[in-house]
Amino acid sequence: MSAEAAIRMQNITKSFGSVIANDHIDFAVQPGEIHALLGENGAGKSTLMNMLSGIYRPDSGSIFINGEEVHFSAPRDAIKKGIGMIHQHFKLVDIMTARDNIILGQKSSFFTRETGLNKKISEISDRYGLDVNPQKKVYQMSVGEKQTLEIIKVLYRGAHILIMDEPTAVLTPQEIGKLFRIIRSLKEQGCAVIIITHKLGEVMEISDRITVLRKGRSIGTVNTADAEIPSLIEMMVGRKVDLKIKREALSAEQKKELLRLDAVTVIDKDGKAALDDVSFSLNTAEILGVAGVAGSGQKELCETIAGLQIAEKGRIFFNEENILGKSPREIIKLGIRMGFIPEDRLGMGLVASMDIIHNIILKEYQSQKGIVLHRKSSIEKAGQIVERLDIQTPGLTTSVGKLSGGNIQKVLLGREIDSNPKVLITAYPVRGLDIGASYKIYDLLNEQKRSGVGVIFIGEDLDVLLELCDRILVLTGGKITGIVDAPKVSKEEIGFLMTGGMRSGGVSS
Amino acid sequence: MIYPIKISKRDHLPRGKVLLIRTSAIVLSILFSGVILLFFGLNPIRIFGTIIEGALGSQMRIEQTIIRAIPLTVTSLGILVAFKMKFWNIGGEGQIMIGALFASFVALNFGDLPKPLLLLLMAIASMIGGGIWALIPAAFKAKMGTNETIFTLMMNYIAIKFITYLQFGPWRDPSAQGFPKIPNFSENGVLPALFGVHIGWVVAIVLVAAVYLFMNYTKKGYEISVVGASMDTARYAGMNIPSVIMTAMFISGGLCGLTGMIQASAIEKTLTYGLSANYGFTAIITTWLARLNAVAVLFVCIAFAVLLQGAAFIQSAMHVPSSVAGVVQGVILFFVLGSEFFLQYRVRLGKGSGLFVSAGKEA
Repeated sequence: MSAEAAIRMQNITKSFGSVIANDHIDFAVQPGEIHALLGENGAGKSTLMNMLSGIYRPDSGSIFINGEEVHFSAPRDAIKKGIGMIHQHFKLVDIMTARDNIILGQKSSFFTRETGLNKKISEISDRYGLDVNPQKKVYQMSVGEKQTLEIIKVLYRGAHILIMDEPTAVLTPQEIGKLFRIIRSLKEQGCAVIIITHKLGEVMEISDRITVLRKGRSIGTVNTADAEIPSLIEMMVGRKVDLKIKREALSAEQKKELLRLDAVTVIDKDGKAALDDVSFSLNTAEILGVAGVAGSGQKELCETIAGLQIAEKGRIFFNEENILGKSPREIIKLGIRMGFIPEDRLGMGLVASMDIIHNIILKEYQSQKGIVLHRKSSIEKAGQIVERLDIQTPGLTTSVGKLSGGNIQKVLLGREIDSNPKVLITAYPVRGLDIGASYKIYDLLNEQKRSGVGVIFIGEDLDVLLELCDRILVLTGGKITGIVDAPKVSKEEIGFLMTGGMRSGGVSS
Repeated sequence: MIYPIKISKRDHLPRGKVLLIRTSAIVLSILFSGVILLFFGLNPIRIFGTIIEGALGSQMRIEQTIIRAIPLTVTSLGILVAFKMKFWNIGGEGQIMIGALFASFVALNFGDLPKPLLLLLMAIASMIGGGIWALIPAAFKAKMGTNETIFTLMMNYIAIKFITYLQFGPWRDPSAQGFPKIPNFSENGVLPALFGVHIGWVVAIVLVAAVYLFMNYTKKGYEISVVGASMDTARYAGMNIPSVIMTAMFISGGLCGLTGMIQASAIEKTLTYGLSANYGFTAIITTWLARLNAVAVLFVCIAFAVLLQGAAFIQSAMHVPSSVAGVVQGVILFFVLGSEFFLQYRVRLGKGSGLFVSAGKEA
């Protein structure tokens, strides 16, 4: 690397307790380069970037900015050197205007001079093709606008090195396109941009070079032009992974209506409709995907079907019986077997401080007779689930909170599948899981589908939804904007539905 | 160069090391309280010796220690049931008082009943009384999500002041020569003794076993633990959360109420406004030190009773204020509870991150 690299990190090591998060990592980015930092959860991406932005200090190693060695002891030092971090969760004050958010925390005179400020903001906006109204309040902004505002904020502070942590997670495909245009114009202006992500398609599209981290080590840096997705995955995971998700088409006579929602409306705490007049049906032996940007009503949809959320109006039919308004206990008593993998595994689906056995009992103790808690059958079941799903645990009496994310998810999924459900609701079942574990989960869902279960799959990665699901339902602001056959639709079409565009024709049953 | 303290979460700690940290906490607490006693101009070795001697030095002293351990154990068991649910019942004092009130009402009005029947009725009445007193904050918590800590605390004062009113007013014994006291129970309303100590000790041991079995081997006990661990998980599993909260609190208050009956019947032989004698608060400490384990409660309460009895003894034998023993208690608590931190976290001096970071926070 030449001396005038925008960033050069040499031999960086950082450990937390006994965990080595970064192990002698070298990393360099040139000015005018878009550099993707790729790796699975826990690979050390965030730790590395947090050292670059002054949040952590490395145990050993050196950091050079434009050839000059730096020692950051606080984020303020990093900002001074022109490093700007754009976090996945925006750090904006909702009730303030865009302008106030930009100058927040800046050293300035007691009174703010409006005209000079506005001029500087519009200068930056023009230069990079950013478009935000400085007078607009943050709570009135769309997610894309908020992100643009974050970018302006760091540029205003003089950043020429931008770090973006999972910038596309909350965006629709259209918004992603816009973001990429902004990133390219930053590059043309000579900025160095680092993108942390695990979405490979986007990496291939936007980046110039890619550095892959695995288990705290740097596996290598490649030119995007020379890279291919399978080899990148191999670098991330450490072995070859079969990336085909099988989707078996089942013949029509196997399909029967299982669950039908009829005009279900749910009002949230703020009095807004979290689900607005939602009607659809789920068939046996199918995986119905639910797509939509985060917070479009996915959580309410799952919880309403599971009987955990009270609906304002509507009906939910299971085998011609209306189950809306019934509690989970009443639903179980009706003999309706429903499995639910909630989004918040440890906060809702499992008890972190209890062991596997006591988490298995959670679903079956209510059908036991008498007042005594019987553990025997649950111990057997726990053993079977651990064996069948290949759960890595020191023992059945280890508290589930101590297991890794993938194994925690397997305990939850194993328990729900074990009750032989007719309907299986899964909310973001692979979130936080590594690639190997994710594919294991997809296999398990496909296995359920083969045995006739109707699966509702709330997902965030459109590529996965398109490959795995039979049909995809798109939620936008609590409304269904379309239900499409997954094999016949493109990512762009789903993106169009996610932004609220209604599909004119071709809506499937 | 500054060397900041590094604190990181421990993954796993071998049993031997856990034991080492716990024992050294107790040893350190004794050493440290010794230094404080020296500072007071007292001889720590003599003080500690006298505490032990005062609590265990003769048969009568041992009996006195057991008499203190009984109410502490029964109350702790009650507190345990609530704490397991993360319902912070600070209202033990009030529940003891109302339990004593209900038992006294039975004893004063039906004093002619045969002894076993009368005592049984008094026990049942006391548990209902304490249970109802605990149900009031429980119902508000279950239905409206009110804060139970402040609610149960305030209920203490209502109970104590109400009994003070009864003692100085309507229930005052006219034949007590102007002395503000409630009439004594009839002989049938007093708990009998077994091996020199009133039969409450048998009750306490039976209850230890009962609460242990209830928490670990019944569906209700399991539900209470799940509600305590995560309200959302309990809801997800289809539990009737308000009913779990109310049941647990009725049991919790009922046990505290039973303490009231035992104290009124065996110790005071009547109802007095000072009857709860801080057992409701001390039990919070013992329950916590026992790490919410019913069997451990028994041993912690005996140890605490030794301290309480020893404190009373040094006051009369050495003319040392009993608050000196209070200081020793406080120091022991500080170290034992403080050792929990070292069991969970690893603390080192070193350079590097100046932040308090926990391992595994990497995303």
